[in-house]
Amino acid sequence: MFEHEFVRNAWLAGTAIALASGLVGHFVVLRAQVFAGDALTHVAFTGAVAAAAAGIDTRIGLFAATIAVALAIGVLGDRRAGDDTTIGIVFAWILGLGVYFLALFSSRAGGGNGLLGARTLFGSIFGLSAADARLATVIAAAIIAILLAIARPLLFATVDPAVAGARGVPVRALGLLFLVLLGATAAEATQAIGALLLLGLLAAPAGAAQRLTANPYRAIGLSAALAVFSTWAGLTLSYLIPKLPPSSAIIAVAAGVYVLAFLASTDLHGLGRRLAAPLSGGTET
Amino acid sequence: MNITSAPPTTDRRIDVALPGAAGQTEAVAWLEGAQAQIAGRAVWSEVRLEIGAGEFTAILGPNGSGKTTLLRVLLGELPLAAGRASVLGRDPGAAKGQIGYLPQRRHFDAGIRIRGVDLVRLGLDGARWGLPIRALGRDRVREAIELVCASEYATRPIGRLSGGEQQRLLIAQALVTDPRVLILDEPLDSLDLPNQTAVSALLARICKQQGVTVLLVAHDVNPLLSYLDRVVYFGAGRAAVGTPREVITAGTLSRLYGVPIEVLTTADGRLFVAGLPEAPAHHSGRHEHDEQ
Amino acid sequence: MSSSALPLAGLSLDPVSDFQQLTAFPFMVNALEAGTAVAIMAGVVGWFMVLRRESFAGHTLSLMAFPGATGALLIGLPAAAGYFVFCGASALVIGLGSSGVRRHRGEESALTGVVQALGLACGFVFLSLYQGVLAGYENLLFGDFLGITRGQVLTLAIVAVLALCGFALVGRPLLFASVDETVARARGVPVRGLALAFLLVLGLAVAATAQITGVLLVFALLVAPAATAQQITCRIGASLVLSVILGVAITWAGLALAYFYSEPVGFYITTVAFTIYVIARVTRAVIDHSTLLRRRPEIAEAHA
Repeated sequence: MFEHEFVRNAWLAGTAIALASGLVGHFVVLRAQVFAGDALTHVAFTGAVAAAAAGIDTRIGLFAATIAVALAIGVLGDRRAGDDTTIGIVFAWILGLGVYFLALFSSRAGGGNGLLGARTLFGSIFGLSAADARLATVIAAAIIAILLAIARPLLFATVDPAVAGARGVPVRALGLLFLVLLGATAAEATQAIGALLLLGLLAAPAGAAQRLTANPYRAIGLSAALAVFSTWAGLTLSYLIPKLPPSSAIIAVAAGVYVLAFLASTDLHGLGRRLAAPLSGGTET
Repeated sequence: MNITSAPPTTDRRIDVALPGAAGQTEAVAWLEGAQAQIAGRAVWSEVRLEIGAGEFTAILGPNGSGKTTLLRVLLGELPLAAGRASVLGRDPGAAKGQIGYLPQRRHFDAGIRIRGVDLVRLGLDGARWGLPIRALGRDRVREAIELVCASEYATRPIGRLSGGEQQRLLIAQALVTDPRVLILDEPLDSLDLPNQTAVSALLARICKQQGVTVLLVAHDVNPLLSYLDRVVYFGAGRAAVGTPREVITAGTLSRLYGVPIEVLTTADGRLFVAGLPEAPAHHSGRHEHDEQ
Repeated sequence: MSSSALPLAGLSLDPVSDFQQLTAFPFMVNALEAGTAVAIMAGVVGWFMVLRRESFAGHTLSLMAFPGATGALLIGLPAAAGYFVFCGASALVIGLGSSGVRRHRGEESALTGVVQALGLACGFVFLSLYQGVLAGYENLLFGDFLGITRGQVLTLAIVAVLALCGFALVGRPLLFASVDETVARARGVPVRGLALAFLLVLGLAVAATAQITGVLLVFALLVAPAATAQQITCRIGASLVLSVILGVAITWAGLALAYFYSEPVGFYITTVAFTIYVIARVTRAVIDHSTLLRRRPEIAEAHA
């Protein structure tokens, strides 16, 4: 498998992106900002299409759009960890913009828009050149480095913002920086996994890890490991089964891991009891 | 009224003779030899308690001592492991409809766009299916809000109100069904001192003027001290019941806990209990959420 | 999707003449009627969705129409069946998975995120397997207002009426459970059952709607009118009615703009919706700020 260059490129970029996604994803889940992550990943689509319509490199559009919206969410949104409604509305509008740009692009570029759309939405990891893969790795490495540097204060600020603030941790600034990192990760990973599926790589490994362990540092490591595992397994499956698109395979494995973690960590007997009486008010506190 | 001294160590009941004044109506709630268990472990046992109509009772004790457990028993959410209980002449739980209940520490999102008056209204008929008929119950809601002196801000979104204001509206919500008994779980705990005093006074007024029996769990007896008819003090798996002056004394509490307890009185009449073991005396492996 | 085949007269700003032009063609009449039915249903369902802070679930369920459609295409079933099955199943998974002890808001969202990604991945796989024309997915995602049949209008109208009846019946306990879960449960409201039922209704409403508005647009119609209405007023009845009215107005405005100009419908509807929301939100912030300043001296006195 590895004698093919496209596989090596995919492997390199995929591993780097998976590491970044796993690490960033852990905090996304911990900070209950999964919807914001959803918004940013889908916004990447609009950015890419807008750039294409304007005739510039889609990557510029990707990063510009995600980082701009990340800043917007950070500055405007943040009251508690989810002004879901605001995010939702901004998000809906930006998707509408994406539709506009797509129409614009298709009216200019002729037949290319179908491919651009699919590539942006679902990724094309096997289509990366060596240069692409190296660039992706470098960017991912930068994201990982920054995140590891701020991991401890960010953890503190997430779990106990009041006390952290009192101890001098710049809670708001960290929150903003984190959203920017999330945006960058989204832009970065769109090339590999695609805007629509990327959320799975952010949410599933991290979600699984947090269900399996309460120790935050272990969860971070586990999240990264599961993300990388999902990527490797997915790429391998996709290589073996050509009809299976790589991004879908990766997400399928990640989701499978999540399901296993969910089942392993749920009190199945209790769940059965609860399922048997969903209509009763229940006396659960 | 006497405090019976504790019999020899084999019988660990702390008993206080209850006010049996002539003209007292039958007990609104009583427990006899009651024991409550959570996850197989006894939270408290041998509890004997009688609450008369129109009385203002506080349930006190350190964290984990079983205060909320008593409320759950009275509401019928937790069956007794031993002994008997009755609320309003029936089994606990059967009388639920006549009890106004204010749970602990409800948090309303600051951005929630629901008015206080609507929240109170929901307390009246929110559980009924079908479209509401506006006119019915409107007066009842207004009366309840006036009773708690919240008319001025009842039409504002609940998330924008201060803690004290929210609490008043929540009390109105519990009262709107005209219950005979009002049970509150730590209604004062998230309030600042002026608000604690104000809400205590409000509850006392409701108790005496409306004839509602008020039973609440509190951490600090001081805002309530001048209004209380009765105190139920939990500790070390048992309860001491009586008036504040009888129960909150060094003697009674020391007997309850089995360790020396001091009760200090400040110049302005506030009581301070020193020497309470904070955590349950035996580490029983109970988790916090079991006992909240 | 583009209306280049139509006479592009542009808005003449004479309402009567514009309206006559708008309703001149049967396909536009269908679009308007279907849009109205959808907007009414979305206005009510979305109102509860916004109140319950379940926008993420709503968005996810709307995206599940994509694998629903492609899956149905693959098997050879009518697309509508695929929509309902996939959206309904996803609603159940999210609802059941979130039920029980609420450990942590992030974990609930993680589940929803995983469902979303997995669903979309399946959709893409189905699409690849189908080997169909790739451009076809645009209609899936962005809707096709030009091809609505009378039959679809009728179906949507029936679904909307059913949904409204359902909410008339359970709206009150649902409201109670959404706003004040603890006390509602204490009063005997089946909070968890209602939560699950609501997600299911959300899924089905989304499935019904997405067939004509496309996946991305459903969400805009669910969120924007309701959120705007709730900014404008706190009174429950007024807020609900306003949500419906705004939804219908936005839909009509969007359709009209798309008819007279050539850009896609989705863009117009989301832009109008977004603009209205921003205006309402900003106005609310200004009003709140000024009343707070006005009230402060009074509040200080009241607590003295």
